[in-house]
Amino acid sequence: NMLEESGPEWLSEEVKTGTTIIAIEYNGGVVLGSDSRVSAGASVVNRVMNKLSPLHDKIYCALSGSAADAQTIAEIVNYQLDVHSAEIGEDPQVRSAATLVKNISYKYKEELSAHLIVAGWDRREGGQVFATLNGLLTRQPFAVGGSGSSYVYGFVDAEYRKGMTKEECQKFVVNTLTLAMSRDGSSGGVAYIVSIDEHSTEEKVILGNKLPTFYDQ
Amino acid sequence: MEKHYADSQTKGVSTGTTILAVTFDGGVIIGSDSRASIGGEYVSSKTINKLIQLHDQIFCCIAGSLADAQAITKAAKFHLSFHSVQMENPPLVMAAASVLKELCYKNKEELQAGFITAGWDRKKGPQVYVVSLGGMLISQPFTIAGSGSTFIYGYTDAKYKPNMTREECQQFAINALTLAMGRDNVSGGVVHLVVITEKGVEHVVVPGDKLPKFHDE
Repeated sequence: NMLEESGPEWLSEEVKTGTTIIAIEYNGGVVLGSDSRVSAGASVVNRVMNKLSPLHDKIYCALSGSAADAQTIAEIVNYQLDVHSAEIGEDPQVRSAATLVKNISYKYKEELSAHLIVAGWDRREGGQVFATLNGLLTRQPFAVGGSGSSYVYGFVDAEYRKGMTKEECQKFVVNTLTLAMSRDGSSGGVAYIVSIDEHSTEEKVILGNKLPTFYDQ
Repeated sequence: MEKHYADSQTKGVSTGTTILAVTFDGGVIIGSDSRASIGGEYVSSKTINKLIQLHDQIFCCIAGSLADAQAITKAAKFHLSFHSVQMENPPLVMAAASVLKELCYKNKEELQAGFITAGWDRKKGPQVYVVSLGGMLISQPFTIAGSGSTFIYGYTDAKYKPNMTREECQQFAINALTLAMGRDNVSGGVVHLVVITEKGVEHVVVPGDKLPKFHDE
């Protein structure tokens, strides 16, 4: 019966970046991190997706939730920030980028299901991290998000300290991602890290076998 | 292993909870928070003891429907005391866990409770067993359960080491429970610990103001 043939499950399931994302600020910049798994139901449809998306030279966002919604918001804000920065004649502030994301997330909160963490560096305030969950806008020393974040709340609460260096922040991000990826079925693959400071924006990939190991591994 | 009910009508009082058990060099620590809630909105008890003594050196802690858990532990205590009279020896920890497992598995349709069993016996020393909702029984060096446990998977994965000293293990358990209570709104109150070794059993209660403080407090 042709009506009953539905094909493979991943063609009909919603594509989600069930995920783990994290961003942390340090004195002079920010570090963002994400896993790379995109799932449709029980299938992994992309195991190497980079969920750290540039909004501007020194402002990135981390995507989680529905892959389509998150990517669309990031593309729209990328465009809006280009216009805005041309209008003001200089690089935009991180808070402006976060506000643009928040405006879309809040106005369309019933239709969209994506959470973006916005982080970057600007001349005025240095490194900043903003969470935009459900349409709020709040600046935080660090933020975690995505389905894998539940498992690492305890770890980040225990390990975060004020005044960490850039290298300590990178280690913190990699450890957190690794722990979440090993417990959350919707997170996995490789770890993408972006480090932004006054001088540079550096993208890095850490492959699965180079991630740190913990007790039961 | 835990089921957190948002509708208080269907299941009555449930221990949305955080429980754990950890072996160390020479013994085992079993611990829990102390909150019981109705529907996740009202704290019906701030100081409930979720650590039940099944025999001299065997304890268990309960997650899920309080009524089911109490009924099961009452039956298990009876079975175990009868068993130890027949054997003329204190029961093995595995025996206690098996009794719980039989009750949970045979009555899986009606019951909504899971258990962590921990204790010391002469044959195998300190042990931890998990009996999950449907009646699975496995042995682990340490385990966490309850609604609050999702938040500390990352922390416990990162921080557990085999063969810790008693002091290290106690601090590990207190830290883990505190972090979970800080993020889970149906876990809270004081930390109850029971330390079981060859020599006997010791209760430790850590009130709220003596719990460790983390970065945001």
